[in-house]
Amino acid sequence: MFGKLTWQAIPFGQPIPFAAGAFVVLGMAAVLIWVAAKGYIPYLWREWITSVDHKRIGIMYCLLAAVMLLRGFSDALMMRSQQAMAFHAPGYLPPEHYDQIFSAHGTIMIFFVAMPFVIGLMNFAVPLQLGVRDVAFPTLNSVGFWLTAAGALLVNISLVVGEFARTGWLPFPPLSELTYSPGVGVDYYLWAIQISGVGTLMTGINFVTTILKIRAPGMSYMRMPIFCWTALASNLLIVAAFPILTATLGMLLLDRYAGFHFFTNEAGGNAMMFMNLIWAWGHPEVYILVLPAFGVFSEVVSTFSGKPLFGRRSMIVATMAICILSYSVWLHHFFTMGAGGDVNGVFGIASMIIAVPTGVKIFNWLFTMYGGRIRFNSAMLWAVGFMVTFVIGGMTGVLLASPAADFVLHNSLFLVAHFHNVIIGAVLFGAFAGYTYWFPKAFGFSLDERLGKAAFWCWLVGFYVAFVPLYVVGLEGMTRRMQHYDRPEWYPWLLVAGVGALIILCGIGLQIAQLWVSIRGRERRREPTGDPWDGRSLEWSTSSPPPAFNFAVLPQVTNDDPYWAIKQRARAIGHPVTAEPEYSAIEMPRNSATGFVTAFFAVVTGFSLIWQIWWLVILGLIGAYVTFVVFAWRDIHEIEIPAEEVARIDRANRAARAAALRGEPAR
Amino acid sequence: MSTPALRLADDPSFGRPEIFHREASGHGIGGPAPKRIVVGYGFWIFLLSDVIMFSGFFAAYAVLFKNTAGGPSAHELFDLRNTAAETGCLLASSFTCGMASLAVGQRSQKWTQLALLATGLLGLAFIVLEVREFTGLIGQGAGPGRSAFLSSFFTLVGCHGVHVSAGLLWLGTMMAQFSAKGFRQDIRHRFLCFSLFWHALDIIWVAIFSLVYLVGTLPPELLP
Repeated sequence: MFGKLTWQAIPFGQPIPFAAGAFVVLGMAAVLIWVAAKGYIPYLWREWITSVDHKRIGIMYCLLAAVMLLRGFSDALMMRSQQAMAFHAPGYLPPEHYDQIFSAHGTIMIFFVAMPFVIGLMNFAVPLQLGVRDVAFPTLNSVGFWLTAAGALLVNISLVVGEFARTGWLPFPPLSELTYSPGVGVDYYLWAIQISGVGTLMTGINFVTTILKIRAPGMSYMRMPIFCWTALASNLLIVAAFPILTATLGMLLLDRYAGFHFFTNEAGGNAMMFMNLIWAWGHPEVYILVLPAFGVFSEVVSTFSGKPLFGRRSMIVATMAICILSYSVWLHHFFTMGAGGDVNGVFGIASMIIAVPTGVKIFNWLFTMYGGRIRFNSAMLWAVGFMVTFVIGGMTGVLLASPAADFVLHNSLFLVAHFHNVIIGAVLFGAFAGYTYWFPKAFGFSLDERLGKAAFWCWLVGFYVAFVPLYVVGLEGMTRRMQHYDRPEWYPWLLVAGVGALIILCGIGLQIAQLWVSIRGRERRREPTGDPWDGRSLEWSTSSPPPAFNFAVLPQVTNDDPYWAIKQRARAIGHPVTAEPEYSAIEMPRNSATGFVTAFFAVVTGFSLIWQIWWLVILGLIGAYVTFVVFAWRDIHEIEIPAEEVARIDRANRAARAAALRGEPAR
Repeated sequence: MSTPALRLADDPSFGRPEIFHREASGHGIGGPAPKRIVVGYGFWIFLLSDVIMFSGFFAAYAVLFKNTAGGPSAHELFDLRNTAAETGCLLASSFTCGMASLAVGQRSQKWTQLALLATGLLGLAFIVLEVREFTGLIGQGAGPGRSAFLSSFFTLVGCHGVHVSAGLLWLGTMMAQFSAKGFRQDIRHRFLCFSLFWHALDIIWVAIFSLVYLVGTLPPELLP
């Protein structure tokens, strides 16, 4: 009746997983009860859960990423404390639990923190920057978000019911095959990633179409903001890379569920094929994450230096060059696995070549700052911290790209330090910069600067204290994923790394405090003009938070920094450049529960596939199909926002901007 | 900066995306494209991603082709007559799907339904032939668990079969929508996507037919 699912799946006997699981369950229950008791459920359902507004979906993506960051970071703390304790000692985490923790840490941080964070920022900012009212497929957008959330939920269910994979963040066979991983851990991993991967693919399709087909009149390709270019590159990579992931994990699923022999040791299976396939997705994935972060930094550096971006065209060319080159380097993830000197040489050189367009970008940002009137807002601090950190991480990357060096360093903590150096230093700092930069646009009030700067310094210092020691122990030969060790020379460094993690914890605490303080003081922090940073691109030309329709009238773009040009002219003449437009009614897509319901059935189907409860699998699939038909049967797709409503919102914003032009200088 | 930066609502092209689009064609000047273009374009992107997924399965098949683990090889297993019948059904169904597109253009409910029904029946015949081939193989001990080669064969061809089956489900839903809702614009857009999907499955089948069945039945001494 319930497949492999029994009461033994719940870890009553193991105190740490049980306590952690109970904490999560009770926490979620408390939040749900609080929301229900306060009567917020109808509001949440109407305004958020069923919303197809790209801004709301973007905010929900970022919220998901923030929550999962806490989960992934608590895994990190457990690993650092285990290694701080496990010198000549077993520590407090038994090996099979420790293995689950590092696997969950990597999986969560990549798929459910970094991905939703950058996709959330793209969702929020890209249509606004393009000067349009929504993405190409609003309901698909909602489905994509909810499928990502469904995957995240499955990973968290594994904490309470059953176990998670012990195979690392990528389930390399033959370890991940049924013979060596007979439990449900790898199945949790596989189904969670398959479901969220479908959601990511939907996002990719949606954004490629949006950016290439739906832009404000006059916005030619070369006039698109750099963030939109990087989003385009990132989404092209999603469309071209995620299907490989789906196919590869599909093969592993068939091996595990149906006795196929793709990657097994028996019957002619080829585990090396998994390496090639997974990294043909995995390396582009790195650029899927980092390119949008580069886009955020381009916007932030240009805005806070008060200058147009230096070398716009070279930035665009560099972005697209990285987009293409990212497919030519995957083999550097397994130089040691016998491809031979010639092949290793080709991929080593290709990996080094990628550093060239990346270097171009660094110089572009530096020259943008050069001669600019720089304001060191905390978003700008993240950008400067990124430049320093990323250059170091990039250099260790070029070092690892040399096959000869890689033979010594591969699978060591040097590698772990390297990729944290680039992923934290670029992707996460970029996400935080974007969060700080667009928060006032999303909510109409800005974040507390003092706490924001303190959080930045904790993160920056904590990062170096936590990861420089890992470079050192890596050079001293410590391999990754060690549950215990007996080398005295590693011990002090691992203690220091543990302190670094605690400093980062302070940074996270300060970020939570910053959010809390800023929301409490929101009335005081209101920003009526919608342009708190003296911005340059179109998202700053509408009110904060933007109305559902974004722009009362679609802007006409005539140059690279369209809003900056408008402001300069308005400042010269002392009043807004355009007369009040004639407002007309605007049609916007209607809310839809399709995404939420689809994700519900995806969780049901995924969960029952993991535990092999076949009747429930069939029910879940039927439910998903019925949802699809119900959506297809809908007759009314759009709601109309009356002209008076459009006028009311736009007039208020025009008045605030006119007042700002007359009186106070732009902040 | 002498031109006004905001285009006013009284501009003749305001709210008429088709005008912007005409101006924009080939120049990347922007302006939202009409809905039909956006829907078709997005679906093309999906199809490209689907082709990439298939390319993963093709690559696995190519890598594992010779890994028969002492079991039967392609040369011993494949029956080109069955493949020819499958190919005939699928290509004919693409033709009838094209006829359905013409009928939709003519807003003819009767011919639309008939052409779609024919498409569905031909697709169903394809599935029946494929299932028969698969059960036959499994019956003679050449199931997917026999060798890595057979695993990759069943996955590649089966994945196409699953696509066709999903297409049949979609086709049934399409017929119901046409009959219940008529030739509404959004439903015609969906039909555009369906027909793209169906033709794309044909293209993938041509690749399977050539690379799996034709290459597989070559005499072994001709293979590299």
